Amino acid sequence: MAAAQGGAERYFTRWYKPGTALTGRGARGGGLCAVTCVCVFADVKGRPCEDFCVLQHSNRQYNNYNSCCRICVITLAEAHPLLQNGKTIKSINYQISANCSRLQNKVSGKSKRVWLGAQFLTELAPLCRISSSDGEEYTIYSCIRGRLIEVNENILSNPAILQEKPSTEGYIAVVLPKFEESKSITQGLLTQKEYEEVLLKRLNSSS
Amino acid sequence: MSSLTEKDRPIVRLLLNTGTCPRCIFRFCCVGSQTPYKRPYKDLMKELKEFLKNNPEKEDTVCFEVADPPCKRIRLENTEEGPADLNQNGVLKQIALVNEENTALESSAVKVCNVCLGILQEFCEVDFVKKLCQKVKSADYQFTSFVFSVSLPPQLSVRERAAWLLVKQEMGKLGLSLAKDDIVQLKEAYKWIIHPQLSEELGVPADGKSLFEVSVVFAHPETDEECHFLATACPDCFKPAKNKQSVFTRMAVIKALEKIKEEDFCKHFPCPPTSPKNFCVALEIQCNNGAVFVAGRYNKYSRNLPQTPWIIDGERKLESSVEELISEHLMAEFKADSFNFSSSGREDVDVRTLGNGRPFAIELVNPRRIHFTAEEMKGLQQTINNSSDKIQVRDLQLVTRSAIGHMKEGEEEKTKTYSALVWIDKAIQKEDIAFLDDLKELKLDQKTPLRVLHRRPLAVRHRIIHTMKSEYIDEHHFRLHLKTQAGTYIKEFVHGDFGRTKPNIGSLLNRTADILELDVESVDVDWPPTLDN
Repeated sequence: MAAAQGGAERYFTRWYKPGTALTGRGARGGGLCAVTCVCVFADVKGRPCEDFCVLQHSNRQYNNYNSCCRICVITLAEAHPLLQNGKTIKSINYQISANCSRLQNKVSGKSKRVWLGAQFLTELAPLCRISSSDGEEYTIYSCIRGRLIEVNENILSNPAILQEKPSTEGYIAVVLPKFEESKSITQGLLTQKEYEEVLLKRLNSSS
Repeated sequence: MSSLTEKDRPIVRLLLNTGTCPRCIFRFCCVGSQTPYKRPYKDLMKELKEFLKNNPEKEDTVCFEVADPPCKRIRLENTEEGPADLNQNGVLKQIALVNEENTALESSAVKVCNVCLGILQEFCEVDFVKKLCQKVKSADYQFTSFVFSVSLPPQLSVRERAAWLLVKQEMGKLGLSLAKDDIVQLKEAYKWIIHPQLSEELGVPADGKSLFEVSVVFAHPETDEECHFLATACPDCFKPAKNKQSVFTRMAVIKALEKIKEEDFCKHFPCPPTSPKNFCVALEIQCNNGAVFVAGRYNKYSRNLPQTPWIIDGERKLESSVEELISEHLMAEFKADSFNFSSSGREDVDVRTLGNGRPFAIELVNPRRIHFTAEEMKGLQQTINNSSDKIQVRDLQLVTRSAIGHMKEGEEEKTKTYSALVWIDKAIQKEDIAFLDDLKELKLDQKTPLRVLHRRPLAVRHRIIHTMKSEYIDEHHFRLHLKTQAGTYIKEFVHGDFGRTKPNIGSLLNRTADILELDVESVDVDWPPTLDN
């Protein structure tokens, strides 16, 4: 076993969902800045760098059709505004709408079909809304399709860990993709390398 | 001693004339003694016929085993009475005798019984017994007793019912009744006849509790469709089969026969049953030995060995496994069809099992060999240990099925001790970890680890770490010995699993911790019994 990374991160592959238009989608509005900063989701106000990182675990469950299930942990990428210096978190809210709270996710029971009651998420499903003390509000999205297993209640009681350890104790949620969709899960996401290129482009375009 | 009495005569006549074999006739006459059934078929047939020729007005109870059939005596008396007609009588008698002999010759080819379809005929004969025992011997099993089980085609129940209705009606004319339970069961009579023969040929006794089973499946394709009328009469008894097998199972047929009314039965099925052309056939003769159980304890010295084979998409991801390394040799020695491996818990691929090892039990399915001395078991243990340095076994012994219960108990209730090599991000001094030694009965809340969430439901486990002992190594490493409750996730206690195990070493030391190595030091189960290894 190698040291270096602390904790459980060793067995995860990192995938990124940048808060920008993906390749092929092109610019909306003018200016180089707009290209890199317009959010891919139509009804979001388009904030710069609201990037997410999906940690996909290496352990898999196989079924007869050669597809597999791998647990995913949704986290904030380091470039996310909430993780930048000077930001203080005011509140975290898992109540998405009048009828939907991510805290009330039915996953109890011992049977194998226990995930059937879990809330189903699409890529654009909001997980929670986080307000910072400077008046900004950020929506954290699922980024992948699958069943919601749990949201991190530790950040409710201790929002600081979201900023101190965003890739481990400060995770947002755990999602389990459907068997049948396992292969397409990462299609809408960027590898570490691809993401680093996006970061580089941002740096260059803003300089 | 059995006897057929006067009141049996009409039944015997009826059944014999409609094509029922002597042994089935005995059954319907409620002959409850085993001896008559075991007599040779030819003798039984001859004596039955002579019984029928007997003067029906004789009042004495006719003993069936009498050596001189009464009719011969009668003939002699007749010839003595008429000396004048002697020649004529003699000639006539002789012709009559010849005729009888002719008819006897005609009927010497055995007709298939319309009730048992040959089970109490052909399949009681020496030839079949020899064939059966030949198969058993060639299968090369070790056994000290046997149980013989027979599967009969369902239409036998239908024919039995038809015969009973026929006999019941006939007896009704005499003012007598015949309950279904009074009739001797076909399987029972068959076993009376065949058990002693099998026992003699195989050299071991028949025993209902025996683990060695010889089973025969009989079939009679010619009459397979005879059951079908029951489906129209009692449709709810016949559910569509999940496999492609016939829906007319023995159980379903029996159930339908219980439901169907006599009148309906007689409308659809001939009483007496028709005589078939062919005998039953013995479709399958199979041998099976009950499972044997071997237990022991194993040590695992490799950090690259799974407990069970790790195969994905037909491709093996890691070579071998604990269970294969142990079972391979047992399978070869016991000559079993397959095995089932269980143990008191298990460890990850990268975790060693030290100390006295982990208890395991292997069920060997359908073993050909079952007798092993303690010496031979020791030898087997040595063979396993010589074959691999990744695992070692001890206390290898034959046990009973209760072994499995011990495994479960060990897994769920017994404590384990571990040794973990811990890494810390920020520098630590000896004093920083000393307090761990004083933490007794530390309560943990462990959510289902992320690494198993894809196959286990989300839950919180409350577990206890009974004691800990730390060994400082350097500013970023120390060794931690722990004694924990069964079912504790050690790795998660060390690295915290994204904060989902609380408390954890990281939270206790206010740092980030990781686990570099884990060993199982002991599994605190005192089973299986320690042997003088």
